[in-house]
Order: sequence, then C-alpha cells, then structure tokens
Amino acid sequence: MGAAAMTFALETRALRKSFGALAVASDIDFRLERGARHALIGPNGAGKTTFVNLVTGALRPSSGAILLGGEDVTALPQAQRVKRGLARTFQINTLFRGLSVIENVCLAIGERLGVAGDLYRPAGSRRDVVESAYAMLERLGLADDAPRRVRELPYGRQRLVELAVALGLDPKVLLLDEPAAGVPSSETGTIIEVIEKLPADLALLIIEHDMDLIFRLARRITVLVQGAVLIEGSPQEISRDPRVREVYLGEQAHT
Amino acid sequence: MTSEAVAQSRGAAAVEALSRRHRLRLIELLPWLAAAAAFFLFPDYLPLGAQILVNILFALSLDLILGYAGIVTLGHAAFFGVGAYTAGLLAAHGWGEPISGLVVAGLVASIVGLASGAIILRTSGLTLLMLTLMIAVMLQEAANKAGSVTGGADGLQGMKVWPVLGLFHFDLFGRTAYLYCVAVVFLGWLAARRLVHSPFGRTLTGIRESEARMHAIGSPVFRRRLTIYTIAAGMAGIAGALLAQTTQFVGLEVLSFERSGTILIMLIIGGVGRLYGAFLGVPLFMIAQDRFAQIDPVYWDFWIGLLLLLVVIFARGGILGLYEALTRRWARRP
Amino acid sequence: MGAASSAFISIAFHGLAYAMVLYLVSVGLSVTMGLMGFVNLAHGVFAAAGGYVMTRLMNGYGVPFPLAVIAAFVVVGAGSVIVERLLYRRLYGGDELSQVLLSIGIIFMSVATAKYLWGPLAQPMQPPPYLSGQLDLGFRSFPAYRSFLIVCGAVLVALLWLGLERTRFGARIRAAVDNGRMAQSIGINTSALFTATFALGSGLAALGGALGAEILAIDPGYPLEHLIYFLIVVAVGGLGSIRGPFFAALLLGVADTGFKYLLPEFGAFFIYALTLALLLWRPRGLFGRA
Repeated sequence: MGAAAMTFALETRALRKSFGALAVASDIDFRLERGARHALIGPNGAGKTTFVNLVTGALRPSSGAILLGGEDVTALPQAQRVKRGLARTFQINTLFRGLSVIENVCLAIGERLGVAGDLYRPAGSRRDVVESAYAMLERLGLADDAPRRVRELPYGRQRLVELAVALGLDPKVLLLDEPAAGVPSSETGTIIEVIEKLPADLALLIIEHDMDLIFRLARRITVLVQGAVLIEGSPQEISRDPRVREVYLGEQAHT
Repeated sequence: MTSEAVAQSRGAAAVEALSRRHRLRLIELLPWLAAAAAFFLFPDYLPLGAQILVNILFALSLDLILGYAGIVTLGHAAFFGVGAYTAGLLAAHGWGEPISGLVVAGLVASIVGLASGAIILRTSGLTLLMLTLMIAVMLQEAANKAGSVTGGADGLQGMKVWPVLGLFHFDLFGRTAYLYCVAVVFLGWLAARRLVHSPFGRTLTGIRESEARMHAIGSPVFRRRLTIYTIAAGMAGIAGALLAQTTQFVGLEVLSFERSGTILIMLIIGGVGRLYGAFLGVPLFMIAQDRFAQIDPVYWDFWIGLLLLLVVIFARGGILGLYEALTRRWARRP
Repeated sequence: MGAASSAFISIAFHGLAYAMVLYLVSVGLSVTMGLMGFVNLAHGVFAAAGGYVMTRLMNGYGVPFPLAVIAAFVVVGAGSVIVERLLYRRLYGGDELSQVLLSIGIIFMSVATAKYLWGPLAQPMQPPPYLSGQLDLGFRSFPAYRSFLIVCGAVLVALLWLGLERTRFGARIRAAVDNGRMAQSIGINTSALFTATFALGSGLAALGGALGAEILAIDPGYPLEHLIYFLIVVAVGGLGSIRGPFFAALLLGVADTGFKYLLPEFGAFFIYALTLALLLWRPRGLFGRA
C-alpha cells in the first residue's frame, strides 16, 4: 500500500477558468480515489459540466493543474487523456447517430486497442473488436438493438449506448454527466443497475440531480456552487448541512 | 444450447453481419460494365468518356474529404491543377512516360496536400473554407505569373506523351486515352473503396457525425483528417495528370474556382458520402452539359443554379439519397 | 511634390475609395454571417443588383443620380426580403455545405439572369456632371467622383456605427450576435430581426454596388469576380463585427491598389498570402469574437 495509496485516480489543484470577468471555476481542489463512488451536485449553472469539460480537456483552464493517476495531464489534449484511462459521457447524447449501435461501441473499442486507424483491412473483420463490443452490449441489455441505427432508438436506450461507448474504453476514471437525464423513470432502473455493477476499482464521478440515485450510488458528495466547492463529505453529512439546504431551498424558492 | 453457447453464436452472427456490410456487392460493378459497354457502343464519344472518367476520379477524391471526413473545401482544384501541371511539365521537358508521370504527379499533389493540410486543418468553419480558397487561388496566381514555366494564360504547350507501357499510342479517336483512364480510375476506385470500408474509413464517418465524441473516445482527429486530406489530394493530382496526359494540354483553369465549384456540384447531384455519387453525378452532368450548354450557355447556368437550389432544399443526399429514401419507404410497407 | 510622395498619395486616395466600396458591400455580409451563422457566398449578387438598378434607371430612363441610388437601396433591400424568406431561412442552423451550395446556386441563377436581361458587357456608368471631373484641393487635384465616394462612404459608415450603438434595433442586433439563445429568451424576435438585418445588409451592399460602379464595373459576372475580396474583408475583419471589416477593407483596398501600382507582375498573390497569414494568426479575424 503506502505510496500507492497517495496517488489519486483523478486530482485537480486550484483549477480555475474564467471567460473574461465571468469565473466559471474558482480554485477547485478535487480528489477522486481509486474505486471511488463520488457524486458532484449543485444548482443549475454551478459549473458541474464545465468542471468535467476542464478535466477531460474539452476546455482549457485559465490556471491550475489536473492529474490523472498522479501524472500531470493539464497540457495534454482530450484524446491523450482518454488513452490514459479517462472516459466520460455527455449530458446530451453525443453519439454517431447514423451508425449502428454496435458500430458506435466498435469505434470506441477500436480506438482503445489502437486498431482504428487501419487503412487497409475491411472494418468488422477484427473479431476481437466486434465480439468485445457485442459482449458489452449484452451486459447493458442492448444486444437486440446491435444492428439498429442509433437515431432509430428511443432516447432512453440511446443513453445506454452512450454508457456502452464510454465503458468500451475500459477506463480507470469514468465521468458520468447526468446519466439519467432525459430517461423516463421506467427505464432508469437499467442504468442504475449497470452503474452498480461497475468494477470496484473504477473511480466513478457522477453528476446528478436525482437525489435518490445519488444516495443509492455515492459514498462521497461534493457540492459545487457558482464554480466553487461549497462542501464535501458523506451523503449523511451533506444532507444535514444547513448551507446545502439553503442552496437548494433557495433554488426551489425561485422556481 | 447453453446460454454461453447462445451468446457465442449471437456474437458470431454480429461479426458476420458487420463483415457483410463491407463486402463487395454485385451492383457495385455496374459502373465498370457501363464503362466497358460505352467503349463499344459509343466509339465517337470516347474523348468525352475520358473526360468523364477524369472527373469521376476527381469527384471521388472530393467525396473522401467532403462526404466522409466532412471537410468543406472550395479549393480542391488546387491539387488537381498541381497534378496536371506536374505531369504536363514532365511531358513538355522530355519525360513523357505516362504512368511514372501519373505517380510523380500524385506524389507532388499529396505533398502539397500534406503541407497545406497541416497548416489549415487546425481551423474550422468559415476560416477553413477561406483558407482552402486562398491556397487554390494563390497557386492559380502563381501559375499565371510564372508564364515562362507554365505558359501562363496561354497554357502549357509542347507536351509529348509517350505510349502507355511502350505499346499503346494515344490515337486520334481517343481509344487509348479512354482505356487508360478506365484502368487508372478503376484502381482509384479500388483504393477508395478499401479506404472507406476500413476501420480508418469508419473513424472518418465518426468524425463527420460527431467530432466531440471522437475526441472523447481518444481518436487522434487531426491526424486522421490530415491523412485523408493528403490521400485525397494525391488522388485529385492523379486525376489532373490524367487530364493533362490525355489532352496533351494544361490551361490555367485546372486551378480555378470554377473547377472546384463544378466538381462540387457534380458530386452533390450524385450524392455525397456514398462513394458512388461521383459515378452518377459526373456522367449525368457532363453529358447534359455536352448536349445543352452549347445551345445556350446562359440557360445552362440558370437551370444548373435552379437544380442546385432544389437539390439542397429537397434532396440533400442527391440522387443516391433519394434512392435510399425510396428503398427505405419501400421496405417499411406492411 | 516628389514623385514618391505623389505616388503614395495616389495609392492612399484610390485605395481609400476602393476600401469604401468594399466595406459598404461587405459589412452586411459580416453582420448576417455573424448573426445567422449563414455562409452566404451570394452576397455580391445584391451589390450587383444595386448597380444594375441604378445604371438601368439612369441610362434607360434618365433618372437623376441621387434618386437612382436611393432606388437601388430600397428595391434591393425589399427584394432581398423575398429571397431571405423563400430560401435562406430554410437553412439557418443547417450544415455549412448546404449553405455554400445554396449560395452557389443563387449566384449561378443571377449571373445567368443578368446576362439574359442586360447582356454580357459592363453597364456604362456616367457620374452626374456635378460629380465629374477633378476636384482641386490646391496642392493636388483628385477625381471628383472618387472624392465624393470617400466622403459619402465615410458618412454612411458613421451613420451605421451610430445606428448600431444608439438605436434599439442596433442593440438587438448586437445582443443577438453575441448570444442568440439568450437574446431569444429575453424576448427578441430573432426571426424578424434576421429578416430586417438581412434587408439592411443587402441594401447596404446595393448602395456599395451602385456608388462603386465606377470602380467595380457592373457586369453579370460581378458576384463571382469580387467574391474572394468580399470574403477576405469579412473573414479578416471578423464575423459579426462592424468595425473589423472596416479595417480589413482599408488594408485590402490600399494593399491591392499599392501592389497593382508598384508590383503589377505579382498580381494578387501577395494579397492572398497576406490573408492566409492573417487568418492563421487570428482565425476569428482581427476583431472577431474568441
């Protein structure tokens, strides 16, 4: 143990991002341990998705550092961070809508295995890629939809495909941006089951609004308000904290 | 059957289904049957036929970057022109061997593609569009002003192209030229088809469908785009060289905005991103142009403009897109 | 007057006149592209249309110059509304390729129509006698019409800038360019705003085409011939910006005039190279939004 325990799966130090005078991320110190089940909550516009974009590299920070498995990745582009084990899902389905479900997952697996750039062999001839993809779809209950085009699926099923694509990257750190958003409540059960069955050593960060989901899945919660960390703690601590209540009650008072 | 065996067989079925998508279908050989038939049925139109084949190769190269990688360019003629002038200059200065001329032209064009792509493919939207235009127009100006080398506005004179493989002279009826073009375009088609149905080709489709997702699965997007841009540039260069060699002349218009625009229109009419749009759009356009544009060029421009408007508004996928939509509706009948 | 400084003044003068025309035509394109995000390569069609309206009224019907110019502005501005509603509107938010193709189609149709109606040659443009000849400023005399063009252009630019800063219409445009969705959420009717802005932009282009007919001749191929320069002004200036294209037009007008005068054997090559360099340095344009 010893030294290994000191390295976090994901860490940010004094992460800042401003657009002119508008600060969307202020001095965020964040740590995600290996095997973590961590939730990021906060009112709308708190900067949760911005945080994910900064961590994945879709957005460049104004200052601060991002470390993946102890390695400083702040200067690395998105794709490089993915190669080091970081994967994400998007708040709104961001899939290859014209391609079939299985092709979507194949693309991810192909990139992971480093064979996606093959100019010569016919696509789909690599059995290992296709079989892995198919196995992934079976795990998520999507096997029957494998040959169908993504745009033909209902939104809830597409959300599962979004998850499958991220999992196809076999990540060490997984960032889920509102995985249940837009999914009818009858179908959220599958998503929750899948998340619960994720490998124990995978570090998981979920952005969510659904408190039931959070209490079921998360062991630690960070509350983000206006781009800054308000408080971090266990679900019990968070639910009892008066400041958190004020933030959410205040929000409810406005709606 | 055990559940594991069922899963295995379903997995194998999935592999089979995916492979089948990329296997050659009989209908894909239709263009080549047509090309062969044309040789025997229309012996007086072989020069036009050669021109059509040249433009099919050119349009195919454009389809690779436009239809598959989603890069909108108004300056693709830059590579066509570079290839044409390379082959032309070789033939005009003593090396008239056609096949090596083609290869050199393709190489030079791909180098230009690699260099320009490395610089401009980091941008997007209007900026990228402008930069593609700038490159083409700069090359055209350079060719215009370097008249001592290129012949300037009068065009490159004095090309002497040797017989193909030392055996087949370029005859007055255009028979050799036609068959030469068929052979080269056939090889180009094979290469394009291989590319499009490869894992690389699928990533291009991915980049076109959702660039954000591609980045998020660790795909080196810039490198992939640059690769296809370079390959397409080389192919366009070969098409240009074919034109130069079969007409034994190179004029400034090979680098022009008109040429970039016209090839775009031909491809759109056929259908972008479906590999065979070039094979449909180019012959239709050029044969129609051969018939009608001579009668009254003004009418021709007007109706082509109108056709373009209608295609963009109602049938963005061109002829192939319409065909796909019809077959889908047919399949859904109860 | 030394030969060098005389040449310098000539270049500056003619470059400025040219820049005014370029700006008047291109500013509408910059705003509509920044506002609607529409790649409109056919913008030159409205400039040419303005030129045709003015020259046909003057040459064919003896309409006096000021009236003909105003007519150009009104007729083309109004006509552009029809084109916008009928065609452009369908592709807002659409993919870039479709927009490019639509504009190419419009260019083809208008080039053919102009050739059919008025023949392939350039329309003769005679400035009225009170604007012809030379303007004597003591140390030097300048062509009167071009001097008028510069003054007129400056006035129009000032009106435009004032209009955008001071009026509510201008404020709405600025808001919508900065953030369309937010503008919509505070009740700005973006649809009507687009049409009005499009009409204004096309009208300005028509003014530029009409007033500038002496520099950029009115012939059927006008929209294609000058397309690249209009695009350069907008791309280098920055989409959605009003000031940016002004400086880009100045740069382009003076540089082009200068090169033609001093280094004619290189043609526009350096202009294109300069544009390439500028766009690589500042992809969003000199004054574009980041």
